[in-house]
Amino acid sequence: MRKYIIPIFAIFQKDFKSELRTRYALNALAMFVVTTISIILFAIANETPSYEILAGILWIIIFFSAMSGMARTFVSEEEKNTVMTLHTITTPVTVYFGKFLFNLILLIVINSFSIILYMLLMPNFEIKSPDIFIVTLALGTFGLASTSTIIAAIIAKSNTKGTLYPVLSFPILLPLLLVVIKATKLALEGEIFSKALPDFQVMLAYFVVITAGSYLLFDYIWKD
Amino acid sequence: MVYKIILGIGLTITIIAGLSFPMVEIPRFWYEMPIVPGLEDKARIIFFHVPTAWVSVIAFISSLYFGIKYLRNSEYTNDIKSVTAASLGFLFCILATITGAIWAKFSWGTYWNWDPRQTSIFILLLIYGAYFALRSSIENEEKKATLSAVYSIIAGLTVPFFIFIMPRIVASLHPDPIINPQAKIHMNPTMLIIFLLSLIGFTGIYIWMFTLKVKFSILNYSKKMKEQE
Repeated sequence: MRKYIIPIFAIFQKDFKSELRTRYALNALAMFVVTTISIILFAIANETPSYEILAGILWIIIFFSAMSGMARTFVSEEEKNTVMTLHTITTPVTVYFGKFLFNLILLIVINSFSIILYMLLMPNFEIKSPDIFIVTLALGTFGLASTSTIIAAIIAKSNTKGTLYPVLSFPILLPLLLVVIKATKLALEGEIFSKALPDFQVMLAYFVVITAGSYLLFDYIWKD
Repeated sequence: MVYKIILGIGLTITIIAGLSFPMVEIPRFWYEMPIVPGLEDKARIIFFHVPTAWVSVIAFISSLYFGIKYLRNSEYTNDIKSVTAASLGFLFCILATITGAIWAKFSWGTYWNWDPRQTSIFILLLIYGAYFALRSSIENEEKKATLSAVYSIIAGLTVPFFIFIMPRIVASLHPDPIINPQAKIHMNPTMLIIFLLSLIGFTGIYIWMFTLKVKFSILNYSKKMKEQE
């Protein structure tokens, strides 16, 4: 086990440090979220949106901020020509999980930021069942991180990197998005925890399936 | 050669039978079909819509199968088969979507209402679209084949979520729960025979198109290789 965990953390640390140095993703993403929420606020003007729409918009913001933030996960390695170095010093599994861990942390930071902003600015957005909301957010973030990592690895090898990313991710993420939107709606309506249990099972199953599939397939994407 | 003639004649008979056999209250003759409550003549779509949807699923699975085979042995023929299956699947998927939407207009009153079935087929279309977008954006042939195979496998992993989970989240108005509530086949024998013949016929057409296109693509590929030399 130690054999895997130490290199995974090393990859994570490398990305984390280079992110702290440049703050490319964090700054851009924070501005992205602010811009998106203000556009939505202008668009809805004085209307009070229903719970369904609020839940939908929240996950649209999270989806697109993930799409603009995670796209560079592997592209940056290709641009800086560090792929060969990673090839020689580590195994594909460590690269995948290291990148996954970094994406997960980045997503958690960005999601908490967007949710705090959303709660402050959106009219009618009150979370009546925090337990459902927190579990939904956690499981949704995990699923989003694992899918966006594997798709980011695929697009790093293509010519049209940025545009292709949401196109490829959307059909894969749709089952997750449908379920998390539904669960978020339940949290806003103030349902009891057990009512959202089937949705949590779906989210967990989705995360496990995609991560296992990525673990098995990452070799083929990574090797040249 | 012979099976193509049989296929042509068989499918013609099936189409004529499916469109023209009368639907009556109580079927007395072998060529009469019972009225499906709530659907009447609109039930005839089962002979054309279901086979196209069936073929698009078969094509998706065979594309997946050849994709996995390609990942195992890196034979370029497997990639050609995989992409051919995907392109035919895309065609049949569009046909199923259009026939379904036309039927929905007459049965549900609108072309599109995000029924779970419509959502699922829409996602299948999106997956096919993304698959071709990915293929066209990679130049290196080997990389293209590998990455598109990986993508179709990941997309295939999400399919069970749609088949098993979607109908539980949203109620469906799609008629298989109406015609076939216990999920067992107890259609009227005449309908069942026409339906099965139509399924076989459409699958046969798919296989025919598939082999033809694969042959063409392999010839094309070897011609390109020769020109490069």
